[in-house]
Amino acid sequence: MTEELQEITLTVNGRRHVLAVQPRRLLVDVLRDDLGLPGTHIGCEHGVCGTCTVLLDDASVRACITLAVQADGRSVRTVEGLADGMRLHPLQEEFWDKQGLQCGYCTPGMLMRAVEILEQVPDPTPDQVREGIASNLCRCTGYQYIVEAVLAAAPRMRSENPWDPTVPTEAKA
Amino acid sequence: MKPPPFRYSSPTTVADAVALLAEHAADDARVLAGGQSLVPLMNFRLAQPGHVIDLRRVAGLDTIRLAGGELVIGAMVRQATAERSPEVALAAPLLAEALGHVAHPPIRNSGTVVGSIAHADPAAELPAVALAMDAELTAVGPGGERRITAADFFQGPFTTALGADEILTEVRFRSFPGGHAFVEFSRTHGNFAVVAVAVLVALADGRITRSAIAASGLGGTPLRLTAAEQAWEGSTAGSAAIDAAVDAGTAGLDPAGDLHAGSATRIDIARSCLREALERATERALDRR
Ligand SMILES: Cc1cc2nc3c(=O)[nH]c(=O)nc-3n(C[C@H](O)[C@H](O)[C@H](O)COP(=O)(O)OP(=O)(O)OC[C@H]3O[C@@H](n4cnc5c(N)ncnc54)[C@H](O)[C@@H]3O)c2cc1C
Ligand code: FES
Ligand code: FES
Repeated sequence: MTEELQEITLTVNGRRHVLAVQPRRLLVDVLRDDLGLPGTHIGCEHGVCGTCTVLLDDASVRACITLAVQADGRSVRTVEGLADGMRLHPLQEEFWDKQGLQCGYCTPGMLMRAVEILEQVPDPTPDQVREGIASNLCRCTGYQYIVEAVLAAAPRMRSENPWDPTVPTEAKA
Repeated sequence: MKPPPFRYSSPTTVADAVALLAEHAADDARVLAGGQSLVPLMNFRLAQPGHVIDLRRVAGLDTIRLAGGELVIGAMVRQATAERSPEVALAAPLLAEALGHVAHPPIRNSGTVVGSIAHADPAAELPAVALAMDAELTAVGPGGERRITAADFFQGPFTTALGADEILTEVRFRSFPGGHAFVEFSRTHGNFAVVAVAVLVALADGRITRSAIAASGLGGTPLRLTAAEQAWEGSTAGSAAIDAAVDAGTAGLDPAGDLHAGSATRIDIARSCLREALERATERALDRR
């Protein structure tokens, strides 16, 4: 079959891209292969594990069961967008500090899901975090250190004025 | 794996979507809503549509509204949106409660209420809610619009009364004043139900006047447990009525076993889910007055 290419516009981590893609291309593959953003991982490829989780218009989705054409005209946030230059995002620092990762395979998805949880519930209880990250699988940490990292990041995200791609770096200093 | 090649359209009106579906019928054209069932099936190549018609840009499908005594949910309303909607909480708290059991938030952010009903997975939660609430589905095809009741809609596992040339534009839930409860048992949090039970009950002077009871996981389609409804209606609300309904509702069931649970285990699980749901719905009906 001759698949016509579809022109799509994705705003990824604040940067606008116009691309021509086959309709069959998955968002995760377009992010990794076409845009050179391999931070978003691929695991199960059927929506179960969560390592491919990105934020689409600020809501978490599985990039492995989202067609790139479904994201046309929308904004995508990936793990690459979390750090501000050399300054890690509070969640990244707390994952590091509390050992919220071991092999790191689940981490990009876990971080993006944690961003959504804290944007929706800025001051969560441990149970809310536990319930919230139940959407993402981790085979290494036993989850406890991830929960601790998210809880430690919460007050920092409330007070530190989280990274915002629309604010130029100078304006934040 | 990755989806096989297909052509893609993104129409902006229902009429165009229906026309595209007819035009590409020979290519096994399929409608795409949230993609949370269709795209995994395509990744596994269990579904290989030659043409995919995305409903995302079709005008008017993304609203939730109250019309008369009915809650009307458009075909592109995401499960997460419905879960947070005040209209849903007021008019269909049973649906709101069931939505919390459908997969995990990242899936619900994309998946639609109507898509779950259209998909008709026998282990899915929302088909049982649709059946308990006497929901109606609005289908549009080349011959115009028609309404399909939930009772007629589900015909077998992943099989519905929707024609291959039709698109669902909305689902209409009739509100049920009274108590509600959705109780499920699943292998892991966020998974499909092994068994799920949806209950609605109305009381007057301590007696059960009306009820609606449906379950998933006990057959190829969601089942309306009419024997349970009849067994407790007219009785005084309480444990004797609940015992009668549990016995009647599970008598004669013969669900197929699978690797999650054998037939007898499924009936045991159904009994305990049903009991818990009847108790909780009764308590809520009492609290409401
Ligand atoms: C990891 C994972 C876990 C899940 N867990 C659960 C769970 O616990 N419980 C549960 O119920 N579901 C679960 N799901 C499925 C999820 O709820 C889906 O969102 C839902 O089944 C389908 O909705 P959708 O909008 O994504 O539809 P799609 O995937 O886009 O479509 C599904 C099917 O319905 C058809 N269709 C959709 N909309 C229409 C329409 N308007 N008119 C005509 N045909 C239409 C499509 O052609 C397709 O055949 C899970 C999914 C994943 C990936
Ligand atoms: S790779 Fe997407 S959920 Fe596993
Ligand atoms: S750190 Fe290895 S899977 Fe989570």
